[in-house]
Amino acid sequence: MNEKRMHAKKWQTTFFLIIIIVVTYLSTSITNFNLIDGMLTIPAAIGWMFSNLLITQDSIAKMPQILEKLGETIFMSIAATTLAAVVSLFLALMGSKTTKVNQFFSVIARFIASFSRNIPVVAWSLILLISFGQNSMTGFLALFVATVGFLTRAFIESVDEANQSSVEALTATGATYFHIVSKAVIPQSLPQMLSWILFMIETNIRSATLVGILTGTGIGYMFDLYYKNMNYNVVALITFTIVIAVIVIELLSNKIRKVIL
Amino acid sequence: MEMVKDINPTLIKRKGNGQINIKSGNKVDTVVKWTIWVLTALTILAFFFFDYTGLQIQRAISETLYNLRVMFFEPALTHFSWGEAFYQVGITLGLGVLATIFGAIIALFLSLLAAENLSKPWISKMIRVFVAFIRAVPTVLWVLIFAIAAGLGSEAAVLGMLFHSIAYLVKAFSEAIEEVNPGIIEALRSTGSSWWHIVVHGILPSTFTYFLSWTFLRFEINFSVAVAMGAAAGAGGIGFELFMASGFYFDLREVGLITYAILIIAIILEVISTRLKNRYFPSSVKA
Amino acid sequence: MEYVLVNAYSIFPIIQKGVCSMSLLKVEELSKLYDGETRVLKNVSFEANAGEFLSVIGPSGAGKSTLLRCINRMVEISGGKVKFDGIDVGAMKKKELRKLRTNIGMIFQHYNLVPRLTVIENVLHGRFGYKSTLQGVLGRFTEEEKERAFFLLQKLGISEHAYKRCDQLSGGQQQRVGICRALIQEPKLILCDEPIASLDPNSSKVIMDYLKTISTELGITCIVNLHQVEVAKEYADRIIGLKEGEIVFDGPSKVLYRDQIEHIYGIESRELITV
Repeated sequence: MNEKRMHAKKWQTTFFLIIIIVVTYLSTSITNFNLIDGMLTIPAAIGWMFSNLLITQDSIAKMPQILEKLGETIFMSIAATTLAAVVSLFLALMGSKTTKVNQFFSVIARFIASFSRNIPVVAWSLILLISFGQNSMTGFLALFVATVGFLTRAFIESVDEANQSSVEALTATGATYFHIVSKAVIPQSLPQMLSWILFMIETNIRSATLVGILTGTGIGYMFDLYYKNMNYNVVALITFTIVIAVIVIELLSNKIRKVIL
Repeated sequence: MEMVKDINPTLIKRKGNGQINIKSGNKVDTVVKWTIWVLTALTILAFFFFDYTGLQIQRAISETLYNLRVMFFEPALTHFSWGEAFYQVGITLGLGVLATIFGAIIALFLSLLAAENLSKPWISKMIRVFVAFIRAVPTVLWVLIFAIAAGLGSEAAVLGMLFHSIAYLVKAFSEAIEEVNPGIIEALRSTGSSWWHIVVHGILPSTFTYFLSWTFLRFEINFSVAVAMGAAAGAGGIGFELFMASGFYFDLREVGLITYAILIIAIILEVISTRLKNRYFPSSVKA
Repeated sequence: MEYVLVNAYSIFPIIQKGVCSMSLLKVEELSKLYDGETRVLKNVSFEANAGEFLSVIGPSGAGKSTLLRCINRMVEISGGKVKFDGIDVGAMKKKELRKLRTNIGMIFQHYNLVPRLTVIENVLHGRFGYKSTLQGVLGRFTEEEKERAFFLLQKLGISEHAYKRCDQLSGGQQQRVGICRALIQEPKLILCDEPIASLDPNSSKVIMDYLKTISTELGITCIVNLHQVEVAKEYADRIIGLKEGEIVFDGPSKVLYRDQIEHIYGIESRELITV
């Protein structure tokens, strides 16, 4: 019996590995990916990085400009995340098992969330770019829509995890729906939600760079500009400032998380 | 209500105006409150820093709504065929698969070195710092940087995406390894097993399904990253077609159809990964 | 046999000092179906008087929790009637139901407090039934209410923990917070769903003593679900035995004998008694 099971497991593993190999092979052929070439690129790329991505005196002169654009990007991410969080909170309360008003609104809320989450932020930026043009609003809205989708799902999980029993207790005291939500559900899930918001701000700063390249705003646009002009010293400086910004924000939110969770 | 005089007054905290305080005023509450205030303030401030060049908000909103209607209710293909569309989706999926599988293989080895219960503290620390640095650089920048050395194409895209996949999976894998029952490792160590024996017979059997689930979760992310790389870094695939349709041909119907294609695949991947999560990760998992 | 026992009850009328023994709660032919088929309660009928300490016993799955939750309509009633102070609970509109619930306190096995909030906040949650939505959401409580909360905490001996977070208290202390939350509602009836099932023997005794005091001193009716027969016999004036959703015993705790217990619990009861 045991031996049979072991045998079955072994067979399963082999089968699984074969599938992975086939899928990988198909992927390499459809994308024209050449593993050898790819591998050879790595040392070349690293060598190139060390010889070209240098921060020079010249590039430092661009610092004020870079910082301004970086600031715009950070502000854009924070604003998009915070406002998205407000919308997501309502959607999550409508969507969660614990706090839903009725089935209809719950399905609607989940549908909106899934729709805005599963259309990549790139698609949103390109769609919005057509009529909003090259300015911060486009990037802000693209991040906002994608964040609503993501945070709603995360918030629904946080609300569902909140202790169901205190909801029951408050219902039994004659509390109204809004009493229960504001005094039993939110106090319990708020720290978790804040943690997600902080996580999303970090993610959005990185996404904002991508959105910036597409919509011509913020630090992404700066990067694209100097990249296309092959001014790699400035490119290096921009990358460096982004790294510093992301790491600082990550450290900060880890600190906050440590206290509140 | 019966009023009672014998409440010990020293136990009651009062506010400045003499009212009884009911909040504890502990550190958690304070930090939560301050975080919310700071974020609110920064959000309001943000709108003063935005660059509003050429923005006509009313026209933009009505136009976007019109565009969305055209996109989602009248999708059509004009510049390429259905077969081509499937092929492009295939390329995007392929980029995602390659970055995920290579990422998983590399991450597996790195996570063994990063896990505190298998490795030396300084190695573990070093790998974590390295991973944090990799994560801080946006994927698109990695792809563009590699594109200079390798030329635009699937190699640059896969390599660029690989970096974030490794960073993500090393974190997930090493945490899973650290949760392995220390008794198992100790027992194997006491029999004189080598480090590799411990890994193959102690660690992998109990963490393998976790690894596979995490790898799939990363594939879900990598699909949308691959779409993005197609659009922003010229990596090809459906993302590039999306970029062309919206930025070059201004063909909203085609944009709509491409968006639907992406949406359908993303939802399928999400459904699968939600199932995996519910099955293998009983508690909440950060995506 | 049950019929005889129900009559036996009238031989030992419960007369309490200062409390007129009028009927506060009347349950008539109550039945409850889940999903339209699983019958949890079958034609349950009983009355409870003001100030009475009543215990519902029975094996798990007998329908004890459902019975309590039908009384304040936390679960909908499928058949029969529940009358509180003469008013039909099943026919109540949303507003009346809220008013009913302010009159009925509830105590739970797992205390059901909001863990991240302070003890005093949790106690004040008992006042929500009297508040408008806005007052409640903003957390506006009067000074009298806050003092009352402190008074109750003092009475239950936990006033020094008033500003602690609830999850920092022991189980017994948390249950006392739960009692305070119920008492601040100024209820006429308190429903206790397995109040001591998660507590150690010492804390259990403390909690049961408090509940007893509440019924004797404040004249508040207590209906307590218990699975420990011994505890029920020690504290309750009257015991209702529930088995598979039906009342199989209703009478003073003094006349609950071994064979009836065996009948309620089935074969397992022998172990239950010897322990």
